[in-house]
Amino acid sequence: MRPILMKGHERPLTFLKYNRDGDLLFSCAKDHNPTVWFADNGERLGTYRGHNGAVWCCDVSRDSSLLITGSADQSAKLWSVQTGSPLFTFNFESPTRSVDFSVGDKLAVITTDPFMGSSSAIHVKRIAQDPNDQDAESVLVLKGPQGRINRAVWGPLNRTIISAGEDSVIRIWDSETGKLLKESEKEIGHKKAITSLAKSIDGSHFLTGSLDKSAKLWDTRTLTLLKTYATERPVNAVTMSPLLDHVVLGGGQDASSVTTTDHRAGKFEAKFYDKILQEEIGGVKGHFGPINALAFNPDGRSFASGGEDGYVRLHHMDADYFNIKL
Amino acid sequence: MVADAAAQPNKLRWGELEEDDGEDLDFLLPPKQVIGPDQNGIKKVIEYKYNEEGNRVKITTTIRIRKLANARLSKRAVERRSWSKFGDAVHEDVGARLTMVSTEEILLERPKAPGSKQEENAPGDLLPKGGAVLMVCRTCGKKGDHWTSRCPYKDLANPADVFVDKPPSEARPTTPGGSKSSSYVPPSMRAGAAERGGADMGRRRHEENSVRVTNLSEDTREPDLLELFRPFGPVSRVYVAVDQKTGYSRGFGFVNFVSREDAERAISKLNGYGYDNLILRVEWAAPRTN
Repeated sequence: MRPILMKGHERPLTFLKYNRDGDLLFSCAKDHNPTVWFADNGERLGTYRGHNGAVWCCDVSRDSSLLITGSADQSAKLWSVQTGSPLFTFNFESPTRSVDFSVGDKLAVITTDPFMGSSSAIHVKRIAQDPNDQDAESVLVLKGPQGRINRAVWGPLNRTIISAGEDSVIRIWDSETGKLLKESEKEIGHKKAITSLAKSIDGSHFLTGSLDKSAKLWDTRTLTLLKTYATERPVNAVTMSPLLDHVVLGGGQDASSVTTTDHRAGKFEAKFYDKILQEEIGGVKGHFGPINALAFNPDGRSFASGGEDGYVRLHHMDADYFNIKL
Repeated sequence: MVADAAAQPNKLRWGELEEDDGEDLDFLLPPKQVIGPDQNGIKKVIEYKYNEEGNRVKITTTIRIRKLANARLSKRAVERRSWSKFGDAVHEDVGARLTMVSTEEILLERPKAPGSKQEENAPGDLLPKGGAVLMVCRTCGKKGDHWTSRCPYKDLANPADVFVDKPPSEARPTTPGGSKSSSYVPPSMRAGAAERGGADMGRRRHEENSVRVTNLSEDTREPDLLELFRPFGPVSRVYVAVDQKTGYSRGFGFVNFVSREDAERAISKLNGYGYDNLILRVEWAAPRTN
């Protein structure tokens, strides 16, 4: 395949997200402008201007009308996907790290970093149908975990919130009462900070990537460890194919040590693993920096990777990918 | 497209037709038929017409109808396609080239492809995993524990013993002689230098019953040469010159025999021997003149 290279960002990529139809790709980077691209040919549709810091995360509503972004400028913003105009700004006391719309797009979970003495927190906000009625009130605020919460997503039927972060523990919270329901056990869990979390297409299981050079597959309801994928580099980004039983891990050594080592030693490929057999299927090379973000198109036929090098690479898989046998 | 000429039974007599030459006879033709498309998207169109010679021709056109990728998109996605640009994308100049197709063909590289596994190991990883057979310390003789240069006993071993006790090997020792002082001592000044003598320090031990083999094929390796020469008697050293850049043999090598008679027999038997499509040349290795 010949990947499409998109050089819209001037700083390292942080997050990638496809909309539900798989025709739009949203990219966030440490420059201040989240960008939307057409996912088929990589043409830039627009940028969302208004943030004043690195943008860490985004999510798009199911009907692709509303975009939410979380930024280091201590705010999360709602945008009109079509026009790029900001609709609402949630202001916080500290940088926001992760955002996720609930099923039905009526709620959003936003995590904030520990900052200036305040600890990290998970905020649940109500998203109004009409942006004019939007208020900044938090429905629920969860506190407790030490360190950054790198990702928080909604569980099945919006009944739970799954969070993971620097303390390497995965937690499942009740989204109504805010009670901590489950915690991953120390022995089987990750040993270092969890960098990424991706749900399966049906939400029944999810994948976490960690700096301990492994990715783990968990059952969403019971939080039992299903699979472990071991690699030889820290995992910064994970995603799952919605079509085949494949998981994709992206990572690489720390950006700070990139220049001191051989480019081959950096291991900047996106690694494909068989979800069930936990065996490596192959690697897709190309980035010349660690991979920070990965996303699979909902149709399972293409995936995008974003790297520390500022490039988004859009890979439309060759036909023989779909017939790979281990 | 399939065209079978005049397959249709003709009710008109062709003799009559010639008289009406030039007249439009299309009204006589059966109407156009369209079959399908079936579940595989195959559509057949059957048409009839007259060719230049006045013969009736049946033309069957078979078309496979495929939905375009676009057609799979939802209505909304198609609508989004025509959205106008916003933000920085509005003033995009043509030369910006934000989106490019990679000139490089990127493949999903399978991990089990031959040879690829070895390459993936970073040079740092290679050291401890180097394989027990490969890693033999020339100072203390320990296998698979450390390289000669990392030998914990290198300062303790008597350098003279190293050369006497051990079977000669082609690589020169990387450890300097066993001088206890940390300052550099040139090899010629070290203990035991008198018997080794400067430049040909490493070579002397190679000159005993050494046989030079030339005109080797480029994929000949040391084990091949050993296999070839071993039948003549115990071999103490085999060396094939390998090009550092290409990794192929440079076409010559040396074999040392323990006894001179074995070497003589090997020369007489193998000189002119056909090996790997090439005629070997085997002779005594001449000591380098310098």
